[in-house]
Amino acid sequence: MSTQEAEVLVDVQNLVKYFPVTAGILFQKKVADVKAVDDVSFKIHRGETLGMVGESGCGKTTVGRTMLQLYKPTSGKVFFEGTDLSTLGNKELRGMRRRMQMIFQDPYGSLNPRMSAGNIVGEPLIVHKMTRSRAEFKDQVQELMTVVGLSPYMAERFPHEFSGGQRQRIGVARALAVRPSFIVCDEPVSALDVSIQAQLINLLEELQEQFELTYLFVAHDLSVVRHISDRIVVMYLGKIAEIADRNELYENPLHPYTQALLSAVPIPDPIVEATRERVVLQGDVPSPLHPPAGCVFHPRCPVFVDGECNGNHMPGKSNENGIPDLREVSPGHFVACVRV
Amino acid sequence: MAKLLEIKDLATYFYTPEGVVKAVDSISYDLEEGEILGLVGESGCGKSVSALSLMRLIQKPGRIVSGEAIFDGTDVLNVSDSEMRKIRGKDMAMIFQEPMTSLNPVLTIGKQLTETVELHLGYNKKEAEDRATELLQMVGIPEGRTRLQDYPHQFSGGMRQRVMIAMAMSCNPKLLIADEPTTALDVTIQAQILELMQRLGREHGTSNLIITHNLGVVARYADRVNVMYAGKIIERGTALEIYKNPRHPYTIGLLNSVPRLDEPLKEKLIPIEGQPPDLIMLPQGCAFRARCKFAIEKCATEIPELLEVSNGHTAACFVADQLGASAMGRG
Repeated sequence: MSTQEAEVLVDVQNLVKYFPVTAGILFQKKVADVKAVDDVSFKIHRGETLGMVGESGCGKTTVGRTMLQLYKPTSGKVFFEGTDLSTLGNKELRGMRRRMQMIFQDPYGSLNPRMSAGNIVGEPLIVHKMTRSRAEFKDQVQELMTVVGLSPYMAERFPHEFSGGQRQRIGVARALAVRPSFIVCDEPVSALDVSIQAQLINLLEELQEQFELTYLFVAHDLSVVRHISDRIVVMYLGKIAEIADRNELYENPLHPYTQALLSAVPIPDPIVEATRERVVLQGDVPSPLHPPAGCVFHPRCPVFVDGECNGNHMPGKSNENGIPDLREVSPGHFVACVRV
Repeated sequence: MAKLLEIKDLATYFYTPEGVVKAVDSISYDLEEGEILGLVGESGCGKSVSALSLMRLIQKPGRIVSGEAIFDGTDVLNVSDSEMRKIRGKDMAMIFQEPMTSLNPVLTIGKQLTETVELHLGYNKKEAEDRATELLQMVGIPEGRTRLQDYPHQFSGGMRQRVMIAMAMSCNPKLLIADEPTTALDVTIQAQILELMQRLGREHGTSNLIITHNLGVVARYADRVNVMYAGKIIERGTALEIYKNPRHPYTIGLLNSVPRLDEPLKEKLIPIEGQPPDLIMLPQGCAFRARCKFAIEKCATEIPELLEVSNGHTAACFVADQLGASAMGRG
């Protein structure tokens, strides 16, 4: 698919989300910010799957949730089909939510254990007044169950009677109920066994075709993201490190972090593994409470240069503070690294 | 090479109100000195329970119902509890999946690290602290001496797993059992931990039993692999054989269902259809039959035995002879 000319469905501009850290018991005082998402911009085109990868704590889940206004952004804008979501009131926002849905990571925690599968799947229909009678409701629920590969008679059962993979299918059916055009899939397969992961990924792909869905697919498994995405955003510590088309990113990763991430993924083949060069990153991901100055990746970066990357002694240079801009190095390929 | 561990017909059942769960159903395998052995399977297949049985850490309603485990000449399933306590943590140590919950949050790292050597090797406080510092150094935690005073919450996930490895390695065990050692960690940290385990194994001659659901982890680090399904070992061979020439439909399905970074993109993934069976009500015949594309009539009535298909490569499947590299991609 040529994403260049395709219509923009979601436009995220300079999105920032800080979570305050407070101290004190009676008089809570803000003492610091967790910079979960720090100035992130990207676009999602209609009909595409945008993959978002990064390690835990890099802000990928927060991006998804802030986009849907489940968190109020600290600053920045999110346009959905041209409407700025941050200007909407609660009522208007609820109307918009019909078109944007979410599938959650944890198939155990995201379903109410006291509701039957049918009521879970159908609840959005009631909330959005999309069903007129009990009979219609039942038909709609049964159709949704069938669409995601569950038997209609299972609607009577409760979540504990389902396996992890089946529960995740219920989560998918619930997201589909209101016929959204955009779904944020937040690590939808991470909690599932490998043989079941493939079933769910295939299901998501079939549904995308059938209902013309647009996905933001948040995951940490790079092989899965490569399989399902058209374009991929790599995040590190609240910032975007690289954006590129799927093939371009895997064949020609430019950011040193992307390169390390790709080389760290073990490949299920002993012959390949025996000969593969591996970049093992030193150290841990720093805390988003105190992100490093300059490029956030510089303390772990194998090609770090003092001055250029951490903003030391660079008066008059364009990136005086050392924070690399996300620049387009070839059509559609953006990277935030001064060494590229 | 000499055999360090030989497990024969180990069976561990859980007696629940709903019925008997045959979590580990008569498995046998061995481990050679210095070897890295992989145990692969999905959740609920019995891989962790088999390791916990070996460490004699099975609690009610679970019970080891039969089998022997000859470890370094002793049947560890048949020694007294006090003798087992001398082996556990000293000759045979284990690290767990959750580095967040397997350390005691109210004790300092130093306290937890010195406990084992004081108990097993009779070190005094000073000696134990020196050893603990040395261990932290060994697993790549700098300034070990000062960090001994820190509590687990002051360490990141990867660092905690390093502390766990340091604890497990403290008495230079002959066997290190690692139950999903990297599952809770990020990929870049995973690589660090696995390289560390491999290096320590080489330097100290420790044998490793790595339990994982990640086929990639095993490919890089294991010498031989056991694949488990529904409480049984269904295929065993060198890592090279298992990945290049899998002979059990489940192994083939597992390899086919994961997308691979080094291969051209597939239009569709090839999943294993259906769900793993309920271990309380196992079907007659082969437990994998309901999900198997190669099933024949016999599979419904008889349980296939683990038989040799080529030198050192065994599979529990009636049609194993017809499978192999050629069946990949059609899974």
